Amino acid sequence: MSQRYEIRLSGAGGQGLILAGKILAEAAAIYENKNATQSQSYGPEARGGASRSEVIISDGDIDFPKASALDLLLCLTQEACDKYVGDLKADGLLIIDSRFVKDIPEGTFRITRADISKIAEEKVGRSVVANMVALGVIVAATRIVLPDSAERAISGRVPRGTEELNVKAFRLGLQAVNGK
Amino acid sequence: MGTEDKSVPRLLTGNEAVALAAIEAGARFFAGYPITPSSEIAETLSRELPKVGGVFIQMEDEIAAMSAIIGASLAGARTLTATSGPGFSLKQEAIGYACETEVPCVVVNVMRGGPSTGMPTLPAQGDVMQAKWGTHGDHPAIVLCPERIDDAWELTIRAFNIAEKFRTPVILLLDEIVGHLTEKLVLPLKKQPKLFDLPQNVSKEGYLPYRFDGEYPPPLIPVGQGVPYHVTGLLHDETGFPTNDPDLAERNARWLVDKVENHKDELADVELDEVDGCDILVFAYGGCARSARGAVRMAREKGLKVGLFKPRTLWPFPEKELQEAAKTAKRVVVAEMNLGQMAHEVEWALGRSIPVELHSKLGGEPILPTEILATIEGRD
Repeated sequence: MSQRYEIRLSGAGGQGLILAGKILAEAAAIYENKNATQSQSYGPEARGGASRSEVIISDGDIDFPKASALDLLLCLTQEACDKYVGDLKADGLLIIDSRFVKDIPEGTFRITRADISKIAEEKVGRSVVANMVALGVIVAATRIVLPDSAERAISGRVPRGTEELNVKAFRLGLQAVNGK
Repeated sequence: MGTEDKSVPRLLTGNEAVALAAIEAGARFFAGYPITPSSEIAETLSRELPKVGGVFIQMEDEIAAMSAIIGASLAGARTLTATSGPGFSLKQEAIGYACETEVPCVVVNVMRGGPSTGMPTLPAQGDVMQAKWGTHGDHPAIVLCPERIDDAWELTIRAFNIAEKFRTPVILLLDEIVGHLTEKLVLPLKKQPKLFDLPQNVSKEGYLPYRFDGEYPPPLIPVGQGVPYHVTGLLHDETGFPTNDPDLAERNARWLVDKVENHKDELADVELDEVDGCDILVFAYGGCARSARGAVRMAREKGLKVGLFKPRTLWPFPEKELQEAAKTAKRVVVAEMNLGQMAHEVEWALGRSIPVELHSKLGGEPILPTEILATIEGRD
């Protein structure tokens, strides 16, 4: 039986969760030769509204590409946390942006709190890279892909000229967990 | 992500794979009007087509886009357009025109929730019958439907081949699940499709663009090469000029359908998984086939003898292949994201000899493997 790891990145539309999911999938599928899929669910709005991006990483074939029993749930908003925490496995991992998710539901799952949006704003100076900070937190907390694979995927996916900024945000995310 | 470095594995959406495969198939003209969830096809082609000397045009609407690819095809280009439900509805009249004028082209429809504006960002499979019967009058329909990214690549190339050979529009029917799912594409495929080469040296002497008596239509000599002929949506004779002669008109109308129906075996394309000796046969296509694979695997782990039948050509319907696969089945389960458009076809193809149970889901969430499993086990 192959190992299947289910990830859901959740928050609001416009936070870059779809891009973050594609980068995670690319790090696993292209740079580490596993199988990975990324899918998304979002509303018709360009910004706002609930948004979720799902990544499945497996060493076997991935038929059904949607996540239903989550190994990892990232929540950048309280609303997303309330809505999705029930899909976490009993031993799953919940990662939250400590500024926006205050009320954490009870459960047996593990929790990693990180100042995701705060780091993006104060240490990088751009709130738009919160998705890359979150990616760093995820990689440090789960080791689902190597930091180097993630950085290569970031450099290939983000708009040209912003690679350095995005990698910096990613590394600050790594440190936020590893430094503790 | 570009047309270069084809042997390096790439992570692409189904839509991006369709766009790049179209270029691989020789498509050099795209006209369209962006619409979710198909927009990445237009987006990718707007960037990639100019690099290979191709033309990308964003038209004022879907009707104009469909008309533009017909014109470009008559001028000798391999052409495509891409849309979703509301745009597919608008294109129908011109699709009929392409059927009647026997102009090859590929029309991609990435299905979203309907009717009307429906659910723009969410998957459905409600256009399966529209893909066959959307335009008025008796007409041919060839509809291909991918499940995975390798399917999307292969069937795009196959769509162009079929369009050229049969001189008719081919509908490439994706759903949002397949169009938006990002996964790994490794080229060359195990079953790398070969490109259809048009017969060369078509005699210009006495050229009849609309012959009714061949096995396949004669290749189209592009306009502007010194062979004038008439192109019309009116029923016509073999020269292309309109006719009210009942015999000629009937021959024209029958030819359009017969040229496709007479080659059902050639067009049939199904993927079978453990159908030999199965007790239960699951029928699923497109994104739902992915759910069905999960369900079938779980059912087998419980000791059930379940086979999976996945048509890649939806129309013409592969009834002979289905009858063969369902030979030992006591029940057939159809899983689809509509109210049973294919389930009726399955029932008809099997002559109502085997109970057909429909697992149908609307509302925008994909069918879960466990939900299909419940139907397989008769628990729902």
